Amino acid sequence: MEYLNTLINEIYKIIFLVIPILVSVAMIVWLDRRVWGLIQKRRGPNVVGPFGLFQTLADALKYIFKEIIIPASANKTIFILAPIITMTLALVAWAVIPLSETLVLSNINVGILYLFAISSLGVYGIIMGGWASNSKYPFLGAIRSAAQMVSYEVSIGIIIINVLLCVGSLNLNDIVLAQKNLWYVIPLFPMFVVFFISALAETNRPPFDLPEAEAELVAGYQTEYSGMMYAMFWLGEYANILLMCAMGSILFLGGWLPPLDIYPFNVVPAPFWMIFKILFLFFLFAIIKAIVPRYRYDQLMRLGWKVFLPFSLIYVVLTASFLLYFDKLPKGSF
Amino acid sequence: MLAHAIFFYFFSILAIFSALMVITSRSTVNSVFFLILDFISVGCLFIMVGAEFLGMILLIVYVGAVAVLFLFVVMMLNVAQQKQSWFVGQKSTHIPSGLIVSVLILLELLVVVGGWKYKENIMSSSNLVIDKSITNTHSIGSVMYTDYILYFQLSGVILLLSMVGAIILTYRKRENVKTQSYLKQISRDKASAVMLKDVESNKGVKIDD
Repeated sequence: MEYLNTLINEIYKIIFLVIPILVSVAMIVWLDRRVWGLIQKRRGPNVVGPFGLFQTLADALKYIFKEIIIPASANKTIFILAPIITMTLALVAWAVIPLSETLVLSNINVGILYLFAISSLGVYGIIMGGWASNSKYPFLGAIRSAAQMVSYEVSIGIIIINVLLCVGSLNLNDIVLAQKNLWYVIPLFPMFVVFFISALAETNRPPFDLPEAEAELVAGYQTEYSGMMYAMFWLGEYANILLMCAMGSILFLGGWLPPLDIYPFNVVPAPFWMIFKILFLFFLFAIIKAIVPRYRYDQLMRLGWKVFLPFSLIYVVLTASFLLYFDKLPKGSF
Repeated sequence: MLAHAIFFYFFSILAIFSALMVITSRSTVNSVFFLILDFISVGCLFIMVGAEFLGMILLIVYVGAVAVLFLFVVMMLNVAQQKQSWFVGQKSTHIPSGLIVSVLILLELLVVVGGWKYKENIMSSSNLVIDKSITNTHSIGSVMYTDYILYFQLSGVILLLSMVGAIILTYRKRENVKTQSYLKQISRDKASAVMLKDVESNKGVKIDD
């Protein structure tokens, strides 16, 4: 009976985490298109509902009622599994994101490693989808994406090491609390920039959307997908973008902490700060989409391996020696 | 403990099943997918015994990077479509050597795991004291970077060497390849890049002039 109670309690918590995420993914798609439109002097989606807010819901409804077409030569199991994996991985990672000190589904010791592991698994949805379609363009898209995501993961990993050197713990709440006096965006600003750009590449956002570059690859790995399965890829992608924004705000922008611990700021509840920071980062993502042209593939690889990787490695050495020299290495708190 | 037992058996059955599927599945791509499933279930088992750092590192390194490259190679080779006799039909000649190796591995496991089951420190070659009050990330770090720093660095150097070796073996310098030189592009100035010419009507102009 006790097990049952805990189980029901946990399921209840999970549902109340997943549903807001799905709704905010829908809203964020709207925001993305709206910002994109405004920069290009268009109106963007503004017809369905107030300010066009229900546009994504209408789109989703349309996708649900469309026919799902599975190519005859496709590997059916993997073809169907791919969007499911993308979507699931994008959602399970939210289990460790702290919205306030207590408002977190599971406060595990190795939270940041979990996030990193889940985001590195995200590549499977794309490779599986691209391979199982059994067609040229999806396969090329999948191969590009595998190479791209693996390369940029390396630099994201090293950036995380930079932050961990300053914190001394892998727990996400500890990382946030360590920034009580100074957000890491200030001492580690170059790393924040590199993280932001790597996050764009990791989530296949423009200017790094080569896996789905429509001028070369039709729609990349999604070419053969239709209806609900396409929508799942699409939702998973946006949930991943939100996740990357959450990761950025935890690592560099002080997570759920207010900017200053003084009167008008510290009465606002912690989750609002977290959401505000995620939205801010997403806004930057949306702007980048509209103003930067797409990279060429070799330039993308060069940026990842020859610029970001050495730079972040050097910064690790720099951070470590700074902390060691001024005797600021974190210790004892664990 | 009931839930713990259920999850333990679930993950271990999954791990054994997928390990079997890796070697029995006909399609190479499928066996790589089963290998990934195996890694994930073993990672979960690691987390269940409290070694969450090892579990996560297993996920990041093996599932996130190594298996992606496996998948990559297997998909590129397109072995799934192979109909050669080497893959189907014909009896394998590798059974004796395979048997010897697997029996050896089984014996090793029996000695190590069985001995450990019999007495906790009978098979351990060192006398490390594990402090259970700190997280296992910290305890691994405090051992790896102090007592075993030499081995740690050596294995790093060996990995680096193998990487350099692989690059040297496969790298061919090709002539007449157009590559982009950022330095050249940035250091162009107006004088060398743009030329103004008066073009006479109906005459045209040659670019090379």
